[in-house]
Amino acid sequence: MSVAVAAPASKLRPVAPEVVPGVAGGIDFSSLVTVAEDGTHHLDLAVEGITCAACIGDIERGLAKLPGLDRARLNYTNRRLGVDWTAPGFDPAAVVARLAELGYRAHPFEASREEAIEAAQMRFLLRCLAVAGFAAMNIMLLSVSVWSGNVSDINDETRDLFHWLSALIALPAAAYAGQPFFRNAARAIRNRSMTMDVPISLGVTLALGMSLYETIHHAHHAYFDSAVMLLFFLLLGRVLDQVMRRKTRAVAGNLMALRGETATRIGADGTLHEVPVKAVRPGDRVLVRPGERIAVDGIVAEGLSELDASLVTGETAREPVGPGGRVYAGTVNLGGALTVTVTAAGQGTLLDEVNRLVAQAADARSRYLRLADRAARIYSPIVHVTALATAIGWMLAGASTHDAIITAIAVLIITCPCALALAVPATQVVASGALFRAGVLLQSADAIERMAACDTVVFDKTGTLTTPDPQVVNAGDVPTDLMELARRLALSSRHPLAMALARDALGRQPLDGVRETTGQGVAAVVDGVEARLGSPAFCDAQDVAQAALAGDSRSTVICVRHGERVSVLLMHQVLRRDAAEVVAALKARGLRLVILSGDRAGPVAEVAQALGIADARAGLDPAGKIAALERLADEGCRTLMVGDGLNDAPALAAAHASLSPVTAAHLAQASADGLFLGERLGPVADALAVSQRATRIMRENLAIAVVYNLIAVPLAMMGHVTPLIAAAAMSGSSIIVTVNALRARLPRGAAMSAPPAPAAIPGMARVTA
Amino acid sequence: MNVLVYLLPVALGLGLTGLAAFLWALKSGQYDDLDGAAVRILDDDDIRRP
Repeated sequence: MSVAVAAPASKLRPVAPEVVPGVAGGIDFSSLVTVAEDGTHHLDLAVEGITCAACIGDIERGLAKLPGLDRARLNYTNRRLGVDWTAPGFDPAAVVARLAELGYRAHPFEASREEAIEAAQMRFLLRCLAVAGFAAMNIMLLSVSVWSGNVSDINDETRDLFHWLSALIALPAAAYAGQPFFRNAARAIRNRSMTMDVPISLGVTLALGMSLYETIHHAHHAYFDSAVMLLFFLLLGRVLDQVMRRKTRAVAGNLMALRGETATRIGADGTLHEVPVKAVRPGDRVLVRPGERIAVDGIVAEGLSELDASLVTGETAREPVGPGGRVYAGTVNLGGALTVTVTAAGQGTLLDEVNRLVAQAADARSRYLRLADRAARIYSPIVHVTALATAIGWMLAGASTHDAIITAIAVLIITCPCALALAVPATQVVASGALFRAGVLLQSADAIERMAACDTVVFDKTGTLTTPDPQVVNAGDVPTDLMELARRLALSSRHPLAMALARDALGRQPLDGVRETTGQGVAAVVDGVEARLGSPAFCDAQDVAQAALAGDSRSTVICVRHGERVSVLLMHQVLRRDAAEVVAALKARGLRLVILSGDRAGPVAEVAQALGIADARAGLDPAGKIAALERLADEGCRTLMVGDGLNDAPALAAAHASLSPVTAAHLAQASADGLFLGERLGPVADALAVSQRATRIMRENLAIAVVYNLIAVPLAMMGHVTPLIAAAAMSGSSIIVTVNALRARLPRGAAMSAPPAPAAIPGMARVTA
Repeated sequence: MNVLVYLLPVALGLGLTGLAAFLWALKSGQYDDLDGAAVRILDDDDIRRP
């Protein structure tokens, strides 16, 4: 029995004859290749499936035999492979194909602009840290000699020499290593705001200035070591913060790339090219085959079909579309082939509206004042007034102007916000590390403290409380062997429904000799009889499918046939496995729970009842979701929005804090404070728990800093602070807050999310935080 | 105290050498893949497999 292209009299006409399963067959990567001046071509790929160190050798040696390829180097930290070649005509798709043979999935990767900027920042911070570290060590060496000499037999010439040497090291080093703080402080002053960088810069500058003055006048004490050590500690905190942030971003970037989104572009001469989505420009025409997920926003030029827009609008009913109709990235084409003219964002109706609302909401959020900055606002005036009072007090008491000013500056140095400036970032680093392990990737720095303040959790329904992919709902009605066959056949297909079906087939082997008819189904010969999995027409089971679908507007149907036996699988989105458990846990913690959905009232009420959430609203458009959030805010609730659709993006940006599943629409991901991985909802509960714990520790740390100042400042005001005491107090307080910050990890066994399988998530295997 | 005349330059010189070495390592990309560097050392890439 022939299997190929048994197109019945339907609109399901195959366009490309066959696609080799599992291989990125013929994707045109040229738009992502960079060419150096010497003609070297370079391409970066995100690689999935790297589980151990041996994979490095496997991949690099495996690729070394590829003709035409000059160099392949795998970055084991961020799971990215860089390949270089000079040979003309070399097709980088061969690299992807070779990797697939070796057992790794890879997809070209284009570093986002943010990532490139952060990489440059990281290098700069590391250089600053190195310079500050070198200076701190060498000045400390000289300072210790002076301190011990001061109590024994150092002579004035030697002390002056040591002070001058310290100045020679400290001044250029601080000028270089202090740049991150000086720049931020200058920006804050220009904006007439107050951040921790202002008192830091002021303290460092004054300490250095005073020490230089004292050195010129042959004094016994100089504070070069304190100033430089302060810079070193603070830079260390920033570097760690940046390391964590970059790691998170790299994983998020890999996941995005490994979605492997491609579009089929129709060339001017009518030829088809499969290109990465990033290479598609407005005005291009792309072909969307039946069953494909639409990768671009645009207007239908030709074709009639039905769309599953559940991941965009939350609506679970199928939506008919024809020429002139608007389609959005993320919708699944269920019916016939469509030709779509790509439009730029901002021209559309829904997209335009969503973008406008996101911008508005993001603007409102940028006015949020971080905990550290609030502390700085209180701290700075108090310290500066205290220093002034010290100078005036000593002058009134009859001390010389010189002594009074020196003591006042000593007050500024001792209160140098070392502990205060580390209190928040150190905790943030530890907490984001804990969240990273729980499968939550944070995108914004202040997300932790905003999440901790939330007392209401607002869920979107489709794709958030329910799984993003449809699942078989009538598995009980299907004979076991046919179900098994369907899952194994599904392993060979790239159709979204088949991929969802294959997700439950872990550990099974794909069948041999499977042939895919794009947009229709897959077929193979099993036990001498032909087996097919695909559309009802492909399996010649229209009548059975029609009967099964009667009165069911939600389900999508996929058929499996083995010889004469045929079964219909009904698929639609079901609740996430642990949704009920997580919702119950959140309720038990006293959080108010709300569902805001764009779907119709029926399915929403069904989910709300299953989960025991009383407050569920249906049929909301993006503006309606924002209005609902505003009403909650007026009632005094701080909301954590969890959503994934394009229609959720404005609400994600408007809520006090927000999370998105990693399967969410691009714009929703960009608007959310964090992403959570995996098929479970548990990370949401963990994110709340970790952030509450972390914020409590941040407050504790701020309290420790206050206590430290309460002890140190009176000493400094009385003029008892020597450089030795300043240095000891500063490092002591920094170490205490840092050690306290380590408690921000979740206690063992407290996590709701099962630790994600390291192999499944690129870049997750080894996490050091 | 004459010993300082050569001890101080030696101490500072050593420190600067360390700083220069770090900056060079940073610039040449040796901090780009710390996990990879840790395991690559175990790879017997000088022994060709049949």
